[in-house]
Amino acid sequence: MKVGVCIKRVPGSDSRIQIGDPASGPVLNDVSWEVNPYDSFAIEAALQLQEAGIASDVVVFTVCGAEGDAKIRDALAMGKKGKSGASKAVRLDDPAFAGSDALGIARILAAAVKKEGVDVVLAGKQAIDGDSSQVPAMMAEVLGWASACEVTDLEVAPGSVKAWRQAGGGKREVVELPTPCVITADKGLNTPRYPTLPGIMMAKRKPIEVLDAAALGLDVGTVGQSASKVALSNWSPPPARPPGRILEGEVPEVVAELITLLRDEAKVL
Amino acid sequence: MGNGILVVCEHENGVPKKTAYELLSKARELVSGTGGSVSALLIGSGNTEGLGEYGASTVYSVEGSDFTTGATGAWVSAIEAAVQAASPSVVLGSASARTREAFPRLAVRLNAGMASDCTELSVDGGEVVCRRPMYAGKASAAVRISSDVALITARPNSFPGATASGGAASATPLTVSLGSGDLAAKVVAVEAPKSETVDLTEANRIVSGGRPVDSAENFDQLIRPLAVAMGATVGASRAAVDAGYAPHDEQVGQTGKVVNPNLYIACAISGAIQHLAGMRTSRVIVAINKNPEAPIFQHATYGIVGDIFEVVPALTAEAKKQGISI
Repeated sequence: MKVGVCIKRVPGSDSRIQIGDPASGPVLNDVSWEVNPYDSFAIEAALQLQEAGIASDVVVFTVCGAEGDAKIRDALAMGKKGKSGASKAVRLDDPAFAGSDALGIARILAAAVKKEGVDVVLAGKQAIDGDSSQVPAMMAEVLGWASACEVTDLEVAPGSVKAWRQAGGGKREVVELPTPCVITADKGLNTPRYPTLPGIMMAKRKPIEVLDAAALGLDVGTVGQSASKVALSNWSPPPARPPGRILEGEVPEVVAELITLLRDEAKVL
Repeated sequence: MGNGILVVCEHENGVPKKTAYELLSKARELVSGTGGSVSALLIGSGNTEGLGEYGASTVYSVEGSDFTTGATGAWVSAIEAAVQAASPSVVLGSASARTREAFPRLAVRLNAGMASDCTELSVDGGEVVCRRPMYAGKASAAVRISSDVALITARPNSFPGATASGGAASATPLTVSLGSGDLAAKVVAVEAPKSETVDLTEANRIVSGGRPVDSAENFDQLIRPLAVAMGATVGASRAAVDAGYAPHDEQVGQTGKVVNPNLYIACAISGAIQHLAGMRTSRVIVAINKNPEAPIFQHATYGIVGDIFEVVPALTAEAKKQGISI
């Protein structure tokens, strides 16, 4: 069984996001990039399937320019020598892809996944930059495959997958689905390993294939800016909060004052 | 080109959720600028009574066992059928586990643009404009969708104070034929929650604990009793979760839940950017921390500089004494 993992390069979660021109969005020159943390759960899940002898091959997919290669190598570096690790990455890169909305990205990834003959696609439940949480489920629909999103436990057998997903209110649904399918990973699925030095050395020699629209057989009219139906504008930083108040005094007095303020001033009790 | 707004109303055991009324109320306000009417959709056995009072002029319902099991594909086909019946320009739902899977799939079928987890909705030039946070709330942008039908999900608690308008809805049952793939992913079991609390993302009040709580036992003896006394749901910082003091599904922050309560009480949480990202839109923030320089105080409405091991039990006792209504 071949497992595909979709990853995205994002500003690290401790990055400060500065807005320059409100029309053009955040300035990301100074951020430190990392593999989207939820995608790291997806990679780890794929490696565990490989180590259990269920996945015969793992391939990493990403839609990005060459500036993403360093983070692709980070993903390729995960694994155990001789036991697990992605065999290669497929980077989907074409000027025609620029300005794609989530549906465009999903079409690009779907075409690549199909071309590679993948049986199970794993991805993070959302990328922590756009926070849209749309691409993997869209990809499943484009491919006509079943999906299970926000999964915190996973069992994969040839031809079938059992996934435990969050259903709100602390409930978990147990979902059975056939392969091929798309699974998205939530925190709790596993603890991603750190790359080892041999892994990092090995990753340098792994191939990163670059495919464009023609190689994917994609109609460029269905991706990129011209096909996008979503336009972002008027970017802004979070609204400043009004200055707060420090309550001073002995503990019994301040807690009584706090309850009074919450009830009578803030009116939240 | 469609007209009006279709609200996908989620329900719990047949009773529409609070978010359903909030979205209908908001949709009623929006259609005064966009034109068209508000319709509602209930999938699975649902109590359609009352939805009309909040603004729906038509309530579509889809019944049958295939629609009660939680199969996403059935949901997608049900919404698709309602879109065909109502021809709306906007399909609006609450951002939830269900819609995060169903709406993107629907977007593919309808070749539609989608905006997720929006916190503001307004009308400009006769069209609905969304505002949605990105980078876990460190930035936000206006979103305009140019497809014939726009798919929008709203973050729970974004539009509090649903008001009834006293209208009445006509009930329209829909017959939905499912595609072969719609039931491919089967929900075979539902595991009950470990505790009977409101989902963090929908909670009105949250009490959260950080790393200095120092153990799972302290979390149980300090943070959870305060949450009970305040009628709140329990949250935790990433450091507390990673240390094993609280389960993953209680984590608030950029790699946990993004929450939007009326009241957020942060106990021994310093206010790392990754945590702020998950709770900064809370209406009222209370910070309890022994470090007066902790960044959380810059975001707090009310702050108490003190040791949680003294302040939290005292606050719990005071809340019990005063009898907080839930």
